[in-house]
Amino acid sequence: MAIKVKFFASLREYVGQTELDLADEVASVSEVWSKATNDMLMPENTLMAVNMDYVDGSHSVSVGDEVAFFPPVTGG
Amino acid sequence: MHIEIKDSAFEPYQRLLEHQAEAGFAGKFGATAVFVGSMREFNQGDDVNAMVLEHYPGMTERYLEKISQEAAVKWDILDSLIVHRVGKMLPNDPIVLVAVWSAHRAAAFDASRYLMEELKSRAPFWKKESLSSEADRWVDKNT
Repeated sequence: MAIKVKFFASLREYVGQTELDLADEVASVSEVWSKATNDMLMPENTLMAVNMDYVDGSHSVSVGDEVAFFPPVTGG
Repeated sequence: MHIEIKDSAFEPYQRLLEHQAEAGFAGKFGATAVFVGSMREFNQGDDVNAMVLEHYPGMTERYLEKISQEAAVKWDILDSLIVHRVGKMLPNDPIVLVAVWSAHRAAAFDASRYLMEELKSRAPFWKKESLSSEADRWVDKNT
């Protein structure tokens, strides 16, 4: 099992990827970003979710988790 | 309590009446607060021809359910309905419908305001606009 990583909206275009599986061992959401993007700079206002709940970058990540990165929301 | 993500155009007032007819609280409600958000043909000083709304399938529904449950705990309401568009849309198309039913008006007003503000600030939806004057652009913040 891997960690599923997803990018949405402008962040998907910035990173150039929609979705990937990360096999590396990672401890936190911030580390997922670094591995998945080859250490790209994370835009300051990036929002993060683990298993579809909002978290911050220090949140821990386990095998099988779904981790998502996206820009500020603009619905409604 | 009901939430719905739609990938094609919908008629909010029609949807409201359908929900009310099916909901089983006839005779119990004295107040219905309704908010409908529609697409403008202008934004930040530019003409907007069309728009694509993206969401995070799964998390968006989960978030809308969460705020609907919160509203039902915080206020004495009978029911709520949220319908939100995704996909390609044109100016004047309805984007969102929020409706709340309660016995008295205060709970319906307050709960519908809460649902709409929470949706705007935290529900994972993103708008990309097609403009007359320049390349497509992501809307970077909600007003």
